[in-house]
Amino acid sequence: MSRRFTPKVVTANDLLDGDVIYLTADDRWTRAHHEAELIEDEAHAQLRLLFAAGQPARVVGPYLAEARAGANGPEPTHFREAFRTRGPSNYPHGKQEAANV
Amino acid sequence: MYDYNAFDRAFLAERNAQFRHQVERRIDGSLTEDEFRPLRLMNGLYLQLHAYMLRICIPYGTLNPGQMRRFADVADRWDKGYGHFTTRQNIQLNWPKLKDVPDILDSLGEVGIHAIQTSGNTIRNTTADHFAGAAADEIEDPRPVAELIRQWSTDHAEFQFLPRKFKIAITGSPNDRAVTRAHDIGLRMVRRGDQVGFEVLVGGGLGRTPMLGAVIRDFLPKADLLPYLEAIVSTYNVMGRRDNKYKARIKITVFENGIDTFKAAVEERFGETRAQFSGVDQQILKGIEAQFAPPAFRNAPTEAFDAALAADPVFRAWADTNLTEHRAPGYAIVTVSLKAHGATPGDASSAQMRLLADLAERYGHSELRISHEQNVILPHVHKSDLPTIHAALAREGLATANVGLISDIIACPGMDYCALATARSIPVAQEIATHFRDIGLEQEIGALKIKISGCINACGHHHVGHIGILGLDRAGVENYQITLGGDHTETAAIGERAGPGFAYDQVVPAIERLLRAYLAQRAEPAETFIDAFRRLGPAPFKAALYPEEARDAA
Ligand code: HEM
Ligand code: SF4
Repeated sequence: MSRRFTPKVVTANDLLDGDVIYLTADDRWTRAHHEAELIEDEAHAQLRLLFAAGQPARVVGPYLAEARAGANGPEPTHFREAFRTRGPSNYPHGKQEAANV
Repeated sequence: MYDYNAFDRAFLAERNAQFRHQVERRIDGSLTEDEFRPLRLMNGLYLQLHAYMLRICIPYGTLNPGQMRRFADVADRWDKGYGHFTTRQNIQLNWPKLKDVPDILDSLGEVGIHAIQTSGNTIRNTTADHFAGAAADEIEDPRPVAELIRQWSTDHAEFQFLPRKFKIAITGSPNDRAVTRAHDIGLRMVRRGDQVGFEVLVGGGLGRTPMLGAVIRDFLPKADLLPYLEAIVSTYNVMGRRDNKYKARIKITVFENGIDTFKAAVEERFGETRAQFSGVDQQILKGIEAQFAPPAFRNAPTEAFDAALAADPVFRAWADTNLTEHRAPGYAIVTVSLKAHGATPGDASSAQMRLLADLAERYGHSELRISHEQNVILPHVHKSDLPTIHAALAREGLATANVGLISDIIACPGMDYCALATARSIPVAQEIATHFRDIGLEQEIGALKIKISGCINACGHHHVGHIGILGLDRAGVENYQITLGGDHTETAAIGERAGPGFAYDQVVPAIERLLRAYLAQRAEPAETFIDAFRRLGPAPFKAALYPEEARDAA
């Protein structure tokens, strides 16, 4: 049974700070979800995940997270991933603390 | 209070040095995450949703002011100026950086605090009644025994890789404030003639298969405690299932084998372990007991307290909910609520921690407790000092008069912090607390326990809440299941599921319908929600939660 592949981004936690990071198309790690590479092809997704897994001194626990194309780049589709782009609900901590407002 | 000796201190220093080296080797790339993960978990360091999380142990919930101040200093220097107190009587820091953790552990080690065995398949922090040594209803202070268990279980070579985590709780009072029936082992002090011993419960636990512990010994003499615990844990170590993580807890071992078979195996093993304990443990216990000698309570008039009660309704309201009877005349136990309406249950800022440390030092015989209900206790306060304490607490936002009321909610970190969560808990707790205050029903509803978990692991104890709330992920949307009729006391019960879950924004309205039904149907104002539930059964409450189904069925 094959399901149609839905778009993904590669995400992980930063080894030193522990915060959420995303893999960009030009092989960088970014803290901004909209800068991530939106991967639409399953074989390519596996390659990108392997690339991430090959950097254990930089990232922890890389995985593929559902995403979709948005006006400014990829957007998360699941609420868990949405929370990971922001930070907790109860304090302005996490990414929202440093948000470039 | 118990003070660590030179051996304990040297052990902590050595252990921290070892971990510092491991962190360095992870950062320079010589250790992979797979190699490092078990090492960091052995030192209480998790990786959560947005950051690392350090879980620090508070043995049996007891702290001195210097230790509390040190939490404040650590939170200011290496975290975001606050800490989260948990149902396991631990404190969690939500934002440490990997490279700072060894420094944090060294700083805590200086005041005899560590994070060892706060994770992993070992014997975790032994929790105890937070009113221990102070409560009027107590048979004996359970903390010397809890300290003995700590010394026995810390770094116990045979019990570092149990089938699963292992939790022990102990109470010295017949009124169970330690949720003993929901632990792997629950110990309840009982008196038989002039001898004090334990009723030993085994196989309780929450999580995905909630179970209440069964009695394995109705009276165990105190002197046999360690050999008996050793026998239980080593029997579990052999019989417990290692093939399936979800069936590995002792509750499943007891359930699958039956309590009689399990007990027979334990008793047989006890024959061996008892011979191995030569009685040294009893000598050690004597030494520990001396360190837990009650403070020198003073004899002083309490008119200032009575006058404040009569003159100040705000003070009176606080005294009504937040004080508990002390065993010494003229004294009270103060529960400081960490549940200000709209605040995160269990969080304390560094300023609040420092104030609590100061108050404990000046007015509380230098003792503090953390309760499994995520509040802080000043266990020994003379009543004449209460007006001053209340005023000082009010200045730091710590004088909320809500202990035992609807806003005194246990909530786990949920999806705002926890990597395992399936939904959020904290904002649900915040909204319930503010909503019922705003509509003016909090006092009217009276004693009520709401407990919220962000996934089936049940860290927020939802199974034993009068009203339990469990956050789930239903097709990518937060959804909340409600359980009714749970009880965490000596009359423990697991709540039953009321029906289908509610969407995030439907939880507060559902709880309001439920509680309005209770208010309409209670026999008298003194009948609590749980009593009304027991008298009426679930039907009227389910009808209130699901009005449409009630109409369909009519
Ligand atoms: C933040 C990271 C946490 C993780 C990863 C975590 C993980 C877990 C897991 C996996 C279980 C289920 C164990 C089982 O049934 O085998 C569990 C149970 C439990 N945890 Fe947590 N937990 C976390 C935080 C907390 C917090 C903050 C508290 C206290 C507020 C807590 C207290 C408990 C309690 C009381 C239980 C259920 C009792 C039982 O083990 O039977 N945990 N936790
Ligand atoms: S109940 Fe679930 S969400 Fe809450 S702290 Fe435990 S593991 Fe995390």
